[in-house]
Amino acid sequence: MEEVTFRVFRGEPDVDGDPFGEMIDYTVEMDEGMVVLDVIHRIQAEHAPDLSCRWNCKAGKCGSCSAEVNGKPRLMCMTRMEDILEETPEGEPIVVKPMQAFPLTKDLVTDTSWAYEMNKKMVPINGPDEFDWEFKQEEADRIQEFRSCIECMLCVDTCHVLREHQKFDEFAGPRFFVRLAGLEMHPLDTESRIPEIKEDFGIGYCNITKCCTEVCPAGINITDNAIIPLKERIVTEYYDPLAILAKKLGIRE
Amino acid sequence: MICKSMLGKAHTVMAEGGAAAALGNKDPRDNWGIHFRDTMKGGKYLGDWRMAKIHAQQAPDRIRELETWGAIFDRTPKGLTNQRNFGGHTYPRLAHIGDATGLELIRTLQEKGVHMGMDVYMEYTVRKLFKTDGKISGCFAYDRNDGSLHVFKAKTIVLATGGITRCWAVCSGSWEYTGEGHALAYWAGAEMGDMEFVQFHPTGMIWPPSVKGILVTEGVRGEGGMLTNSEGERFMFDYVPDMYKDEFADTETEALEWVSEIVEGKLATVRRPPELLTRDVVAKAINSERDAGRASIHGGVYLDISWRDEEEVKKKLPGMYHQFKELAAVDITKEKMEVGPTAHYVMGGVKVNPETQESTIPRMFAAGEVATGLHGANRLGGNSLSDLIVFGKIAGEMAAVAAANIGQFLPIDEAEINEIAEETLAPLNRKDGENPAKVVEDLREMMQNKVGIIRTERLLKEALNDLNEIEKRANNTFSGSSKIYNPGWHQALEISAMVDVSRMCALAALHREESRGGHTRDDFPNPDYKYWGKINSVITKDKISDGKFTMNIEHRSYPPIEDELRALLDSKDLQEEE
Repeated sequence: MEEVTFRVFRGEPDVDGDPFGEMIDYTVEMDEGMVVLDVIHRIQAEHAPDLSCRWNCKAGKCGSCSAEVNGKPRLMCMTRMEDILEETPEGEPIVVKPMQAFPLTKDLVTDTSWAYEMNKKMVPINGPDEFDWEFKQEEADRIQEFRSCIECMLCVDTCHVLREHQKFDEFAGPRFFVRLAGLEMHPLDTESRIPEIKEDFGIGYCNITKCCTEVCPAGINITDNAIIPLKERIVTEYYDPLAILAKKLGIRE
Repeated sequence: MICKSMLGKAHTVMAEGGAAAALGNKDPRDNWGIHFRDTMKGGKYLGDWRMAKIHAQQAPDRIRELETWGAIFDRTPKGLTNQRNFGGHTYPRLAHIGDATGLELIRTLQEKGVHMGMDVYMEYTVRKLFKTDGKISGCFAYDRNDGSLHVFKAKTIVLATGGITRCWAVCSGSWEYTGEGHALAYWAGAEMGDMEFVQFHPTGMIWPPSVKGILVTEGVRGEGGMLTNSEGERFMFDYVPDMYKDEFADTETEALEWVSEIVEGKLATVRRPPELLTRDVVAKAINSERDAGRASIHGGVYLDISWRDEEEVKKKLPGMYHQFKELAAVDITKEKMEVGPTAHYVMGGVKVNPETQESTIPRMFAAGEVATGLHGANRLGGNSLSDLIVFGKIAGEMAAVAAANIGQFLPIDEAEINEIAEETLAPLNRKDGENPAKVVEDLREMMQNKVGIIRTERLLKEALNDLNEIEKRANNTFSGSSKIYNPGWHQALEISAMVDVSRMCALAALHREESRGGHTRDDFPNPDYKYWGKINSVITKDKISDGKFTMNIEHRSYPPIEDELRALLDSKDLQEEE
């Protein structure tokens, strides 16, 4: 049977909260059709029961097992070993690290509580009180793309505004622009979130490099379908002279 | 709220097909009475008719309510919530969003809760419920992130902990599904009902080995998916039970006509394909085909949706398309899937008052999979998500009203706190021992082989003995001494719950000497209408002497059904003597 070697980060934060640990090699046997998460589970079962790793559905639907495999942010449960072996140079181990943008908890587990705090700042849906809302499938399609987000935070992990510049206090990040786009484009929602998207959520920091879209395991066109339309709404609201004039004349709120 | 995983990641995300509610948007012939009848019939008449009535009546408004909280279900041409066909439902009834309905429910409720200011303790595991003067007074939990120990005082507690199917080797459940909710209630002295009834979902993935058990939504069959064996036969025509003969097609021509009517958006005028029989029937049929030597290459059967338009398949079943493409390298728009039964759901659980969801322990409520009553001997697909939203609301409201009327928190016994704290930390204080993963693996293999789809007295007795051995090994595991996010420690602590829920299941199965719904005995292959058809098992913890307990089982019926509701049922199914 074929063997594979994983080089896995093992460690905890030091007193300053910075990751402190080492890369440790584990070699296990492989079965047909395994994904990266299977290998991690086998390492736990055979070598290291205390290796920390978060997972849940093992089918790409809960977004728990996010990690960086060979330097690329991905879901471990949806990354097939076949593909990983193909991209890894012969004789080299497969490198698995936790998401680098978030504070480390231990080994492959990070603290993503920022996301839950950010979520509280969103203004929720506000539509009619009556039941039986009517809207067309074409209107639903646009938002359903955003609703398929599994909150894996891989987009946040890869976004340079957060990963390199750590603008966690001023920038909502791709996941929450997806959420905001879903609310803003809801056919029966009556709120406007444009001022806070510009000011509090700092959408201006995004320079549309599309890194988030590339890593999204749900296949959401984050940049093209969520972020750019929100940026356009801000342009219309704040910088379009015709729109500003219309607003002054009371033609448009 | 205390949750075992992070908020929004619980196993409901894997619910795919939809939530059943007789909205009548897709087929105006539907109404709550037919939903009630389908639920009772699917449960082989062992369900609590009072819960089945409340569920069928209230599910439509719960779906409409979710919409006002931001859920975006698929639409009908008129712009209302669309509905899809599912096994055992007479009409298209399941509100859905592609094949990711569970994710939509969980996200909608998560957002609603967050904006209501709900406090959440994430990645905490509850290990004990405290009682004071016979009433619930709080619980003990530990934080999986840092291993810190916590006592929560509570005026009321709602269990909404899901199921137990991680106790089987081939299951659709995640690591969470180790049955703590069931075990906590049992340990606290609650009555546990119907624990012999475990649903094996007929279609789980079977290849490659690492994905064995992962769910393939019933929605595939709802959209026209056909089941075939190694000889290319649509074998389900051979397995239509008498009670369903009038409702299902008996020729391929009729079955195909039904699908084409549905695809064209018409109301069905012919009978539905037998692939849409209830899950217990389809799972056993697949099992029989396998035993008869007509299995697919990897030991299951084939499920084929590739005959439908490629874009339609991708639109209606996007999750399945990706799941097979990425995990099995199979393109379901062009190739057949291979599927086989997977442990999916437990119909049994905490006995509750149907009107309030309060358990037999005052101030403790239960809703969803951890409770019992609605589904009887077999749950219909789609009735789980609707169960959650109907009875979740009732349990929450009733618990809130009860809590508002309670003045003081009850005191919790210090000695009990110290005892559970010590027990929780014990695995960390050992110097060496077995890897808990190995003990869990052996338990799951044993349950798969001895308390699986087909059961016998001999195997069930062996299972109960084996569980005693596994319990001994569980007290001797070691997984390092770190308290920080130590999965081995977490697993070591979960085994005690797994052992006791497995025991409940094996014990109840041993007593029920008949076959019905999710319980099949090779030594008693037929349903018994006179006795077992009217009676439910009830398990409780009994004190036998100082500090020693035993599992006690008795059998009991629900009150007689009201005449008006009885009139909605198929009288010949009830097999009553004149």
